[in-house]
Amino acid sequence: MAAWQTGWTKWKWVLFFLAPSLLGLSVFIVLPILSSFTLAFQDWNLLSPPEFIGLQNFEELAADPAFWSALRTTLLFIILYIPSVFILALGLAVLLNQKLRGVLVVRTTTFLPVVASWVVVSLMWKWIFNPQYGLINPPLNALGIETPGWLFTPDSALVAIVITSVWKDLGYIAVMYLGGLQAINDTLYEAARIDGATPRQQFFRITVPLLTPTMFFVLIILLINSFQVFDQVWLMPMRDSAADRQVEVLVTEVVKNAFSYNRMGYASAMSWVLFVLIFAITFVQLRLQKRWVHYESE
Amino acid sequence: MNLSRTSPQMNIKRLAVYLLMLLLVVLMLLPFAWMISTSLKAQQYILETPPRLIPDPLTFESYTSLAERMDLARIVFNSVFVAVMTAGGQILVSAMAAYAFSRIQWRGRNLIFTLYLATMMVPSVVLVIPQFILIRQLGWMNTYAALIVPGLFNAFGTFLLRQSFMGLPKDFEEAAFVDGANPFTIFWRIVLPLNMPAIATLIVLSFMGSWNSYLLPLFVARKEEVITLPVALATLQAGPRALTEWNLVMAGAVITVLPILIVYLLAQKWFVQGVVSSGIKG
Repeated sequence: MAAWQTGWTKWKWVLFFLAPSLLGLSVFIVLPILSSFTLAFQDWNLLSPPEFIGLQNFEELAADPAFWSALRTTLLFIILYIPSVFILALGLAVLLNQKLRGVLVVRTTTFLPVVASWVVVSLMWKWIFNPQYGLINPPLNALGIETPGWLFTPDSALVAIVITSVWKDLGYIAVMYLGGLQAINDTLYEAARIDGATPRQQFFRITVPLLTPTMFFVLIILLINSFQVFDQVWLMPMRDSAADRQVEVLVTEVVKNAFSYNRMGYASAMSWVLFVLIFAITFVQLRLQKRWVHYESE
Repeated sequence: MNLSRTSPQMNIKRLAVYLLMLLLVVLMLLPFAWMISTSLKAQQYILETPPRLIPDPLTFESYTSLAERMDLARIVFNSVFVAVMTAGGQILVSAMAAYAFSRIQWRGRNLIFTLYLATMMVPSVVLVIPQFILIRQLGWMNTYAALIVPGLFNAFGTFLLRQSFMGLPKDFEEAAFVDGANPFTIFWRIVLPLNMPAIATLIVLSFMGSWNSYLLPLFVARKEEVITLPVALATLQAGPRALTEWNLVMAGAVITVLPILIVYLLAQKWFVQGVVSSGIKG
């Protein structure tokens, strides 16, 4: 053990290495978390001094139709988005796991949207979904499909937002699956083939069970992220249309209350409700994992 | 088994797989192609029905009128500066902390580290409002500090590098200590160079996060002197009663997305690793 690794000199070095991070984290993360928590029990419009109002923000929240509607839209988004991306990305990952020429090209291109910023992707697809001049309607019309008002009307706007989100996140989720697929031992498939298992049997009896830990992780990430969906919902609906007024999710509602109405306390209360919701759902998932997640060591 | 590989049935399957792959590539590239194509059209030609994928006539008009409307060079500089400073600063801060958490034994280490991990559970939406208030109170509105400093500190960077530093055998340092090197020399000369993969992953992740960041910058940096590309791009959409000039918006989108796509194509491995390791949206 070197001389500096004892006594005061050691602590001086610990402090030296830790100070920037500890100080910064305290000021820019821990302090904001604490102040946001106290704000949730206050009424503050940024101008007059904040006023402590107890649980009033939460009471108002429980009676706020905008909050319930945002929660409903968020859940609807989740119900449409998660199963689509969960299944499509699994398919893509199985494809990417084949030893075929050209697989790398597919992997590179499906990851391009992951790297692009949400602002770019939102605007790009907003233009694609333009009912008159966009790219999406002519082929659909040619197939005889009646096209909706896309980003002008609430329901179709949500569908458009889901399509865009699946397009953007597909490559990301597939790469997560791919890690799990590559960890599955090839000898298992060989043994199954010798026993005469069909590809379908191999997929459902080997791939799926052994992939459940990855699926579990993917599901947790997807839920945490999609409860916080913001950019695309903020940017995509056409300005001043019915969709713009009605398609609100929890985070857009928080942002609107904070920065459009200057209701800092109320918005903070809402953000904590969202946090507790995410936390509870993650907790339930962790408890339920034993029922379906298969770990090899068991 | 070998015979069946060349059977007609197998060939059809193969063809189907390749068609599927082609379809995927087209679906992924077409929106980008449409973005570039629109950016190369003059205003009156974007309103053609049915839409034309190859611009005819092709013009750089939207780029020049965009440059007339906003100080493009300045905005690009802002984005580059903020992303580079954020990535560089975050690496230094995180690596130093990771060193203290992995290579030095001290009482309370695990407790503090657990507290670090606990902060990672708080979603960014909870942080946006108090960080906005803090920036306002510090007098940092519309400054680079507002865009850079909050991004420097997150427990994830420390966590990622600590995992990597832990794997380093002790012998490397012991030899240096015997030679009289101090911990900073060890950190700088031995630990950092030997953990380049983890550091590269974090650099890429942090650069990308900063380059694409929208929510907080939207409310703390709107003046042209400091505005970053995504925020400036979103302002190009016209208000309710005006017509959005989509060729300009798409030109702005190309300028915003092209640099990060090029960096991605050059350093693909680190992007994939970084995105997979972080998981949670920024």
